[in-house]
Amino acid sequence: MNIIFSLLTIAVLIVLAVLGAGTIKLDFLFGIIFPYAAVSVFIVGIISRVIKWAKSPVPFHIPTVAGQQKSLPWIKSSKLESPSSTPGVIGRMALEILLFRSLFRNTKSGLIDGQKLVYGSSKYLWLGAILFHWSLLVIFLRHFRLFMQPVPSFVLMLQNIDGFFQIGVPELYVTDILITAALLYLIYRRLADAKLRYISLASDYFPLFLILSIAATGILMRYFYRIDILKIKEFAVGLFSFHPSVPQGIGILFYIHLFLVCVLVSYFPFSKLLHMAGIFLTPTRNLANNSRMKRHVNPWNRPVRVHTYDEYEDEFRDKMEDSGLPVEKSNSLERN
Amino acid sequence: MYDKGKIIIGLIIFAGFFTAPFWYNISNGKEALKKPELVLPTKEGQTECVEPVTFMRADHMVLLNDWRYLVVRKGERNYVSGTGKDFNMSLTNTCLNCHSNTAQFCDKCHTYVGVTPYCWDCHEKSITPGTGMVSQNSEIK
Repeated sequence: MNIIFSLLTIAVLIVLAVLGAGTIKLDFLFGIIFPYAAVSVFIVGIISRVIKWAKSPVPFHIPTVAGQQKSLPWIKSSKLESPSSTPGVIGRMALEILLFRSLFRNTKSGLIDGQKLVYGSSKYLWLGAILFHWSLLVIFLRHFRLFMQPVPSFVLMLQNIDGFFQIGVPELYVTDILITAALLYLIYRRLADAKLRYISLASDYFPLFLILSIAATGILMRYFYRIDILKIKEFAVGLFSFHPSVPQGIGILFYIHLFLVCVLVSYFPFSKLLHMAGIFLTPTRNLANNSRMKRHVNPWNRPVRVHTYDEYEDEFRDKMEDSGLPVEKSNSLERN
Repeated sequence: MYDKGKIIIGLIIFAGFFTAPFWYNISNGKEALKKPELVLPTKEGQTECVEPVTFMRADHMVLLNDWRYLVVRKGERNYVSGTGKDFNMSLTNTCLNCHSNTAQFCDKCHTYVGVTPYCWDCHEKSITPGTGMVSQNSEIK
């Protein structure tokens, strides 16, 4: 059901783009208003979500660790797996964000002879995820050749690396292959395993299909039904310098691509895709494991009225001494 | 808000990265909005390219790639266009015959959209078409 719902949503979106931009010719809406609206929703939505997160307190010191805590000098501690300092935390976060270290630890359970339960390492999720995310980043940065004028040199360099194999013309980008393969695997992964299929929601399938559709339309426009890239660049630069003009005579494929990108971008702040920002604000990752060195005070604790033993003794010293109870500070010297 | 300093720095980096194209183009001012101005060839007797303009704009690279394949692998030299005209499949002798000034034609759009074709890794753009000789007044790079 979930997967059918996601596929139907994508189909409706594509039909909307075809009808809106192709049949009714709402070029201004699809070419200018939607992109600006999507970018605004993206930026404002993510900032407000992050501020909302930042306002909520972290009541407990809850880093999850996978290594020896820093303790006595002669016990070797694990600086990245159980960081006790800020540089350690930065290193750990970098490993997590750039290399998906925790996914690398992914395990899978299975039964041997239908009886013995075993756990084994399962790296395919990590592989699919890292190929997908890095390809997406490279593809996003490559698009800067259309957004920016003059084209920055780092974009040209990235393109050259991506098209290193010089297969065909226009050169085949390796990331185009990788992102498609990775997305197909990530979809397959959810469908192949009954347990995973059971816990997969429409909001798990939808982004996968959405990004796959965007990649597919992009690939079609580059390798199969080429469009006049010059017009696209003029249009994109116009958008990104607040001098928008509606492109004329660009095929419907481009409008489908653009509309789906607008949907993806505006879907970001309201969905699981927000892990892009959330990864930085994960208390289980970004806290140092130093709870034995520094006291973590729950920010919503009320000030507690305490009555220390010193104060207690001050209050009752005379009575205690009279009844013969031992005291820390005696008044008896003064008495005698 | 907790960790105000770190959060605000992070958000500024986030917004800066995703709005970078706006800042970049605005800082380049009118340069960014300038469209490439092609100098079209003015060869006598030639009024059109091997195929229609709309096809050439979007698909010339495929045509050239096919030509290269047919010439280098198959040894075929004759190209029959959509209108039935015969052309010699040759970048240097056919294309450059009209579009002799690559800097004012090819490079204009290629630079604009950030494409770096590797035609000139092998081909010599300063050869006078049909002679195989390097033009005297051209600089060899």
